[in-house]
Amino acid sequence: MLTLQILANGLVLGGLYACIAAGFSLVWGVLNVINILHGSFIVLGGYLAFFGYVKLGIHPFASILIATPLLFALGYAIQRALINRMIAAPVLLTLTLTFGLDLMLSNAMLAAFTADFRKLILEPPLGVATLGPVVMPVDRLVAMILALGLTGLLYLVLSRSRIGRAVVAVRMDREAAALMGVNVKSVYAVTFGLGALMAGASGPLLAMIFPISPLTGPVYLGKAFVICVLGGLGSVPGAMIGGLALGIVESFGTLWFGPEHATTLSFVLLIAILLLRPEGLLGRKGYA
Amino acid sequence: MKRDALVAAALCALVALVPLAGEAYWLRLGTTMLMYGVIAMSWNFIGGMAGYPSFAVAAFFGLGAYTGAVAQKLGLPMGLAWCLAGLAALAFAAALGIALLRLRGHYFAIASLVVAEVLRELVNSATDLTGGGMGLNLPLPAMRSVQAQAIFFYYAMLGVAALTFAAMLATVHSRLGFGLRCIQQNESAADMLGVNTTYYKVAAFMLSGVFVGMAGAVYASWVHYIEPPDVFDVLYSVKAIVMVLLGGAGSVFGPLFGAALFLSLEELVWRRFLEVHTGVLGLLIVLLVMFLPKGLLSFSRRLPRASKQP
Repeated sequence: MLTLQILANGLVLGGLYACIAAGFSLVWGVLNVINILHGSFIVLGGYLAFFGYVKLGIHPFASILIATPLLFALGYAIQRALINRMIAAPVLLTLTLTFGLDLMLSNAMLAAFTADFRKLILEPPLGVATLGPVVMPVDRLVAMILALGLTGLLYLVLSRSRIGRAVVAVRMDREAAALMGVNVKSVYAVTFGLGALMAGASGPLLAMIFPISPLTGPVYLGKAFVICVLGGLGSVPGAMIGGLALGIVESFGTLWFGPEHATTLSFVLLIAILLLRPEGLLGRKGYA
Repeated sequence: MKRDALVAAALCALVALVPLAGEAYWLRLGTTMLMYGVIAMSWNFIGGMAGYPSFAVAAFFGLGAYTGAVAQKLGLPMGLAWCLAGLAALAFAAALGIALLRLRGHYFAIASLVVAEVLRELVNSATDLTGGGMGLNLPLPAMRSVQAQAIFFYYAMLGVAALTFAAMLATVHSRLGFGLRCIQQNESAADMLGVNTTYYKVAAFMLSGVFVGMAGAVYASWVHYIEPPDVFDVLYSVKAIVMVLLGGAGSVFGPLFGAALFLSLEELVWRRFLEVHTGVLGLLIVLLVMFLPKGLLSFSRRLPRASKQP
């Protein structure tokens, strides 16, 4: 009975993790940039949902529609103005650059919103759903379904739309894509924008479940690291599998080892996977 | 090499005179400056010479701080505790290096980044030994005045810094330094030409750990109180990189110069923008990376030529 409940919790958590990691993985796979800003983007999306609900009465699920275009624009602008200039630089420099940008964004949020942990509480609450022995709050359930839906949508955009095909083409072979007439710089900016958009979408979903604070950004970033390494880089199905796997591992890890070791467990998993299977569970070699 | 050593000795003598000025503020600043110097020079072994984007400085620093603190708590004398902290960092770097240095690029960066997080969580949960999130108080050194203590720790940090500098100077002019520069330029080619890359990289990683571990232990004794988020702060790793970038790393004095420059900026910024301190630090990093990225890249070119090597 308990096992089923833990499994369900893990799946719900995993769906959200997939949404967190999909954008991060896309940016890493296509641009070869580790976007340290990703965690702060998520928190920013969470704040948009929080203040949208508290001040304007916009339902958090609806505020996704506000957060995504805003975050896309922010990501697009940052990529166009700053990161595109450094795109060919060594790993160390792009990583340090996004780290510096993250310090600025998280400090700005700290100054604007303070470090208080705020919780978005729906009034009236959505209640709980019961399926046999498994009990699950409805808001979590909806958040998971939306998260998986959005991740699936990203997959569709990448595999069906014209710009999506261009992104995939650049990921596979930048030079060849450029020769075929793809504007690589613009594709980079769109990709980074899409990554930020996914972060902006997962922010409101996470805000339904977890408290929001600028200090939680690095936590989400750490999750994204682990999921990317678990699932393999630059592929949406990889992020999906990696996210679900991490959700389940964390849920059972919390049960067996205690909640204080959940983070350690996931990072130890990351290092173990890096050493044993660096291309990830689903990944192919060659995108590093 | 002789000239560098002489300049360093002169610099060391000059720096050793600072306590004569005696003001507590300058002593504190000087001790911090020397600590930053140790961190920057240590990162230089793996990041500057071998070109591996290591973020493990925070892990070594925290490990050293906690090893030193726990050893003192268990009754070891202070000096021995510091040496033990260095040894612990050295051994940890060796084990970690053997495992992680097979990775390249982003993967190495991320793996080295999360090591500090793992250690912090472990220290946090080992409440019996480390005090966990409550932090750990260190015994006060048996010295009469606060001033005498400040001077003592200043010289202790100076000792660690001098040791680090000597090791860096020796490395740059040795086979090891030559091999590391080969690895930075083209690891596969170096491997093919008979450089034992694994051995060289692990050696560089160990060198980048040992002195940071000692500095961490001295820091712990100096401030008398440590807690996990303080000593396993990822900013130590980032600062090390930024200092080396700032210094331009053109010569063996680059990291030291960068550390001095960075600390001056930090002091000015800290005083003026307490609320947005990290934001301004971020801005500084962004500007530096955007406009002065050559600092790191020009490193290998300005070092001694290959023909001078043994």
